[in-house]
Amino acid sequence: MTETFSSAGPVIVVAIPAAGAMLVALSGRWPNVRDAWSTIAALAMLAAVVAMLPGVLDGRIPQATLIELTPGIDVTLRADAAGMIFALLASGLWVVAGVYAVGYMRGGNEHKQTRFFAAFALSLAAAAGVALAGNLLTFVLFYELLSLFTYPLVTHRQTEEAIVAGRKYLTYTLSGGVLLIGGTAWIAILGIDASFTAGGFLRNASLSTGTAWALFALLIAGVGVKSAVMPLHSWLPSAMVAPTPVSALLHAVAVVKAGVFGMIRMLAFVFGADMLNDMGAWQVIAAFAAVTLVAGSLLAIRHDNLKRRLAYSTISHLSYIVLGVAIVGPIALTGALLHLVGHGVTKITLFFVAGAIHTRTHRENVSELDGIGRQMPITMGAFTLASLSMAGIPPFVLFTSKFYLGWGAAEVEKQIFLVLYLVSGVLSAAYLFPIVVRAFWRTSDAFTRFGEADIRMVVPLVITGVLALAWGLVPNVPFSFFDLATDVSSAAFPDSVSVAGAR
Amino acid sequence: MLLLLARWRWWLAFPVVLVAVAASTAAASWELVVVLQEGTQVYRLGSWAPSIGIEYVVDLLSAFVAVIVTSVSMLVIIATRRIAEREAGDRLGAFYGLVLLLLAGLTGMVVTGDLFNLFVFLEISSLAAYALVFQGGRPAMLAGYRYLILGSIGGSFYLLGVGFLYFTTGTLNMADTAAALALDASARSVQAGAIFIFVGLGLKMALVPLHLWLPDAYTHAPSSVNSLIAPVMTKVGAYAMMRMFISVFPDGYLTNVVPIADALLLLGLIAIVFGAIVAVAQRDIRRMLAYSSIGQIGLIAVGIGLATPLSFVAAQLHLMNHAVMKATLFLSAASVRLSTGLTDVSDLTGMGRRMPGTMAAFTLGAIAMVGIPPTAGFFSKWYLVQAGVESGQWVVVAVVLASSLLSAVYLFRVLEHIYLRPAQPDAAHAPVVIPQGGSNDEPADAGESPADVIAPALLLGAATIVLGILNSWIVINVLDRAGL
Repeated sequence: MTETFSSAGPVIVVAIPAAGAMLVALSGRWPNVRDAWSTIAALAMLAAVVAMLPGVLDGRIPQATLIELTPGIDVTLRADAAGMIFALLASGLWVVAGVYAVGYMRGGNEHKQTRFFAAFALSLAAAAGVALAGNLLTFVLFYELLSLFTYPLVTHRQTEEAIVAGRKYLTYTLSGGVLLIGGTAWIAILGIDASFTAGGFLRNASLSTGTAWALFALLIAGVGVKSAVMPLHSWLPSAMVAPTPVSALLHAVAVVKAGVFGMIRMLAFVFGADMLNDMGAWQVIAAFAAVTLVAGSLLAIRHDNLKRRLAYSTISHLSYIVLGVAIVGPIALTGALLHLVGHGVTKITLFFVAGAIHTRTHRENVSELDGIGRQMPITMGAFTLASLSMAGIPPFVLFTSKFYLGWGAAEVEKQIFLVLYLVSGVLSAAYLFPIVVRAFWRTSDAFTRFGEADIRMVVPLVITGVLALAWGLVPNVPFSFFDLATDVSSAAFPDSVSVAGAR
Repeated sequence: MLLLLARWRWWLAFPVVLVAVAASTAAASWELVVVLQEGTQVYRLGSWAPSIGIEYVVDLLSAFVAVIVTSVSMLVIIATRRIAEREAGDRLGAFYGLVLLLLAGLTGMVVTGDLFNLFVFLEISSLAAYALVFQGGRPAMLAGYRYLILGSIGGSFYLLGVGFLYFTTGTLNMADTAAALALDASARSVQAGAIFIFVGLGLKMALVPLHLWLPDAYTHAPSSVNSLIAPVMTKVGAYAMMRMFISVFPDGYLTNVVPIADALLLLGLIAIVFGAIVAVAQRDIRRMLAYSSIGQIGLIAVGIGLATPLSFVAAQLHLMNHAVMKATLFLSAASVRLSTGLTDVSDLTGMGRRMPGTMAAFTLGAIAMVGIPPTAGFFSKWYLVQAGVESGQWVVVAVVLASSLLSAVYLFRVLEHIYLRPAQPDAAHAPVVIPQGGSNDEPADAGESPADVIAPALLLGAATIVLGILNSWIVINVLDRAGL
């Protein structure tokens, strides 16, 4: 069982990147000092999250209640197992992404680096807030701030294209936020305590069917935007115009992960399994997610631009997670949480590689990458590891998660989704393996003058590439992702006899 | 008195005004504290009993609005000192005299407990405002004239309405009127009175379709004037409207007998959409902010129109929030005009680098207007949405939520220009020469405005966040007890 105790830990986790952003902004004149602050903040944040880990694994949940935001509703930060997974992922990937970003921004001689790194740190603060939000209003607060803080990153290049993409980004994310606000206000006026509760806090609220469906539509569409579930996805490929570290932030660290994490929160902690089954609401999400999953993969195959291909791949893989939650089963939920982690570390590797290629060669299209593997063997080696993981080849991390997702579907007699997961694995291979083949087995004389990218870019992508393999073998090292995921599942499905691997 | 003094020693005008406004702010704040502790305060002018004498009543609502009006005005007056000196030139004394007259009228409207006295203060503040708008030079003449005509019509309507009530009740005191109407409000003249009062005050608060005076007046008035009247002028009209609901007409009269609440609701909804859509199309930043004000007034009108305790809380909260946000935005625009003479949205390209302080204030105001939590603008909408859900008014919920997005459309367009688009090197956008007085010899690439302009703007910008975070305290301790 779990018990909650009062602790400043969650507040510190959110405060560190916010303070980091301040220090970055103040030390803009000395790039080395500024980038040092950025890295120190990332490490400090990771340390603060890890410090809470042993307690959470023992079932002692740190919670901090801040000011009363509106009458009766406090800003509450609570590091439960689900929140810990996202917080660990975000802060851990910030360390590598931060180092990579320094290499990328300096290598590309980008402008306004201070604004960039400050906004990056602020986005992490908002993401940490999303992860650790203890109730719906706190979640909405940080979710909206995340949209705001990432806007300067998406429009960083300040070209006409970037400005248009920024508009699209804001339109989509703010619309989603508005829907969430509507749902949250509605729940508040009904007098329901909106603290996230495993199994759903709406379960005992005895809502009428109409109200339940209306709330469902508002909240799920709200988080559906950042989860890029079709038809709410088109902001994500447009946002590819931003520099690669931003793509990494959007795709792996914070933004879309906040969306699917929100989806997990809404489905498992707001509505809960019983309500989803009784309403039949899971079918709606599952249908959208299933379409997105296949269509995203098919679109990815068609795109020659590497970053766009990766963007559609993200759309597809996010729906793996959404579908995993919509299956409504303990094992599938474990799989969804593992996929959240696994996709983060795998996709960030792919984007790191795309960015490394771009800074060295200024090439962005798959068809131009013949023979690049011989020029940048380490980089493309990492890319190969990540591709194998994306395709779900054992023993990579996304095999483990997909195994649980498929097993979870079969467990609750929804085998059709198992088939879908298998098919989509093949499709993932179909859009990534040709790149590997081109890179290593085709020849081209265009690359003779290129070598590996800056060491600050190569080291991070090697680390994440190796992690994509290692976490498949030992998902518990060092952050206990597997234990945390099963903790969430057994809390969300207390009646379930066989939560796989539950301790 | 001040006018004479100022004519004699014009440089004294600003300190005197500052002292007066600061004293007024302090008095209003003190009054709020007193009312919070001891309840409603009543002061009988000349000790005459009501119905003969004029009564001043300060309850929580009036103390709250008085604090907003005086404190926001104080910051605006501090910030616009240089601008006013340049714009008013040697007529500075008269200018500040009018400013004080305006504030006296507005605060008088807020504290009076007498219907006719309210009209007197309404006219005082309006006359001062017309005169101030006329300071804006040639284009302001037409705008000011239109403002004068429509404003006078509004005042007359209000007065007619009060007259109709007087037929029935025989008193002009609000409390006595309320008591008389509570006994018998069936007379036709009461209904007619209610409608006239509604139209008159609707015009003063610039509720669509009675808003026609506002855009030109805000655009062509001197920067020092529009920064002052935009945040507070229409708010006091809205306050008077609330006062009618709370203290004059019997409970339910304006919702059930005469459907004024419904009218406010409907017109408010139209205003929200209309104001935001027209704002998108504006090139001049002041005009954009003016239409934005029309939309934001719509939010307050919707809050009054729903006529539930929660919606009144939302309306009052938005009254405060919008005063602070609009003051921030207009002051930023005024600061740009002071340094560069520029007024168009497209002129703001590259300003993020040239005037970082001013633009930071503008950004804070804009984000609050869009309603990103935890800024103040979020919470007015939060309560309003809740009130809409509570009353089952789904159109209200949808429009209020959509209003955030609509504000984002026109405000982020400005932010794009400020921070993202490259500065225009060409001379196609030559700076507009500020009319009247002062020197215009500053180069077009002038930098940031002086600190005494930026500091109040930034303070107001920061206030949008602080008030957002403190909204719970304000709602629980002030507004919950002040409303219906």
